Amino acid sequence: MGDPIVTQKTIWISASILLIIIVLALASPILPLPDPDAQNISARLQGPSADHLFGTDEFGRDLLARTIRGTRTSLMIALGATLLAAVVGTAIGTIGGYFRGVSEFLSMRLVDLLLVFPPIVLAIVVVGLLGSSRLHLMLVIGTLHVAAFARLAYGSTKSVQEMEFVQAAQALGASASRIIVRHILPNILSPLVVQFSLSIGAAVLLESGLSFLGIGVTPPDASLGLMIGRGRGYLYQNPWYVLWPSLILSVIILCANILGDSLRDRLDPRLHGTR
Amino acid sequence: MGRYVIRRLLASLIFIFVVATAVFLIVRVLPGDPALLLLGESGTADQATLAALRSRLGLDVPLSQQYIDWITGIVKWDLGKSFFGANTVQGLLSYHFPKSLELIVISLVLSALIGVALGIQAALRRGSIIDVGINLLAAGGISIPVYVFGLLFVLVFAINLRWLPANGYVEFTRDPLRHITYLVLPVLTLSLTQWAQIVRITRSTVLEVQREDYVRTARAKGVPERRVIWLHVLRNALIPVITIISLQLGRSFGSMVLVESVFNWPGLSSLLISSVTRRDLPVVQGALFLIGLLVIVINFVTDLIYGVVDPRIRYE
Repeated sequence: MGDPIVTQKTIWISASILLIIIVLALASPILPLPDPDAQNISARLQGPSADHLFGTDEFGRDLLARTIRGTRTSLMIALGATLLAAVVGTAIGTIGGYFRGVSEFLSMRLVDLLLVFPPIVLAIVVVGLLGSSRLHLMLVIGTLHVAAFARLAYGSTKSVQEMEFVQAAQALGASASRIIVRHILPNILSPLVVQFSLSIGAAVLLESGLSFLGIGVTPPDASLGLMIGRGRGYLYQNPWYVLWPSLILSVIILCANILGDSLRDRLDPRLHGTR
Repeated sequence: MGRYVIRRLLASLIFIFVVATAVFLIVRVLPGDPALLLLGESGTADQATLAALRSRLGLDVPLSQQYIDWITGIVKWDLGKSFFGANTVQGLLSYHFPKSLELIVISLVLSALIGVALGIQAALRRGSIIDVGINLLAAGGISIPVYVFGLLFVLVFAINLRWLPANGYVEFTRDPLRHITYLVLPVLTLSLTQWAQIVRITRSTVLEVQREDYVRTARAKGVPERRVIWLHVLRNALIPVITIISLQLGRSFGSMVLVESVFNWPGLSSLLISSVTRRDLPVVQGALFLIGLLVIVINFVTDLIYGVVDPRIRYE
C-alpha cells in the first residue's frame, strides 16, 4: 500500500463509504423507512423480503430500520467519545510536553496506568458499576482513548519545541499559551487527525463490544453491538438478524482503519516506501 | 544483566502497588451502594436490616481501613470473600483463571507461529499477489470484531456443517476428546485477531531491516540469501515482533472477554461480568487486579527477553 496512487484511492474510497454511512445514519428520521419500534409479532424473525429488505427481529421489527438506527447510536457515541478524548488528550500531552517537570511526570504516569488494562475490561467494570447510559458510555470510552492522544501530542510537542520558530517565539517573549496554540498545535495536527480516524474505529468497536455483552446501550434503544448480542440467540431461526449489523459494523471499522492508515502513509514522509 | 533485572523488578513492584490502588479507587469510590442493590429485590428494606447487611459485607468500615486491608490482603494473597455464598475471591479466581489462560496461550502460540511466518513471506514477496492477499486478510482480522468472527464460525461450523459444538465446556479430565472439540472454535476466533497484528508488524519490520546497510553489505559480499534472512534480517527484526506478541498477550484479556461470552466459556470474564452486574465488589476488585497484575508480569518478562535478545538494552 506504499504506492501513492493506491494510497490516494484508498483514502477516497474509504472516506466516501464512511460518509455515505454517516449521512444515512443522520438522515434516518427523514428517510422513507418503517418505524424501527413498530412491532408485528406475526411477522417475527423473517428473512429478507420485499416488505422487509433486511428481514425482521424477534418482535417483528424491521431490521433495516433498526440497523440504521443502531448505526446512528453507535456513531454518535463514538464521535462524542473521540472528540472528548482528542481535546483532553491533546491538552494533557501538549501541556506535559511543553512544561516538563511535575506535569510531564504526572500526565505520562496516568497514561501508563490507563494502558495497563485492556480497554474493554476497564469499560465493563466502570460502565457496569455506574449503570449504562449513552452519556456514561461516551465519558468512559472517551477517557479510555485519552491515552493515545496524550502520548502522540506529548511526543510531537517535544520534537516541535526544539525547532527554531518556537525558540524564536520564546525569545520574543510570547506567552506559553500563545506558543502552544499558535505555533505548536498547528504543527502537531496531522498525526492527531490520523489518530482521530483510528480512534473512531476503536470507539465504535468498544461501544459495540460493551453493548454486545449487555453492558452498553440498553433496549429499546438500538446499537449495532446490542443487535448482534440479541440476535445471537436466534442464529438458528434467522441468521440475518446477526449478519446485517455485523456487516455494517465491520465496514465502518474497516473504513476508519484504512482511512487512518492511508492518511498516515500520506502525511508522514518518513514512512514512504516502508509500508 | 543482574542489575538490569533488579531495576526492572523494582519498577514492576512499584507499579503493581499503583495498580492495586487504582483498582481499589475504581471499584470502591464509584457511586452505587451494593447493600441497597442487594436488598432492592426483596422490597423496601428498613434501616436496621440495611445496617446489618453493610456490616456483614464489611461496608461499614471506613474506606481508609478497607484500603489498608486490601493492600495487606494482596501481600498475603487473601483477596477477601464474595458478597454471595461462601467462596473466597482467590478461590473463584483460581477456578476460572486457568480456563482463560488455556484459551489465550494456545491461541497466541498458534497466531505467533502463523503470523511471523506469513509476515516474513509477505515482506520477501513485497507487492506480489501473496503480499496483497495477506495484507487484505490482516486488515479484515483487525477490523472485524472478534465476536462477529465467533458468531460466523458458530453459524458455519456448528449450525450449518454440524462439525463442532456451538458453545459450552467439558473438563479435560472428564473427557479429553470432547474438551478439545469445545476448544477449537474459541481458539480459532481468538487467534484471528492476534494473528493480524503480528503479520503487519513482522512485515513492516522485515521490510525496514532489509534496507539497513549491514544487510546490503552481507548481500554484497556474497552471503547466501537464506543466511542473510535468518541471521541478519530476522535477528534484528525480532525486537518489534516480540513487542507486538507481548502486547497481544496483554490485549488478549480484552478479546477473551468477548470470545468467552460467545462460546459460554467459564473463564475469568464470565466471572467479571456476572460479578459486575451483581455488584459483587470484592470479586470485581480481585478479577480486575489479577488482569492488571498479569499485564505487568508480561511486560516484565518481555523486558527480560529484550535484554537477552539485544544486549544494548541492558545498559541504557
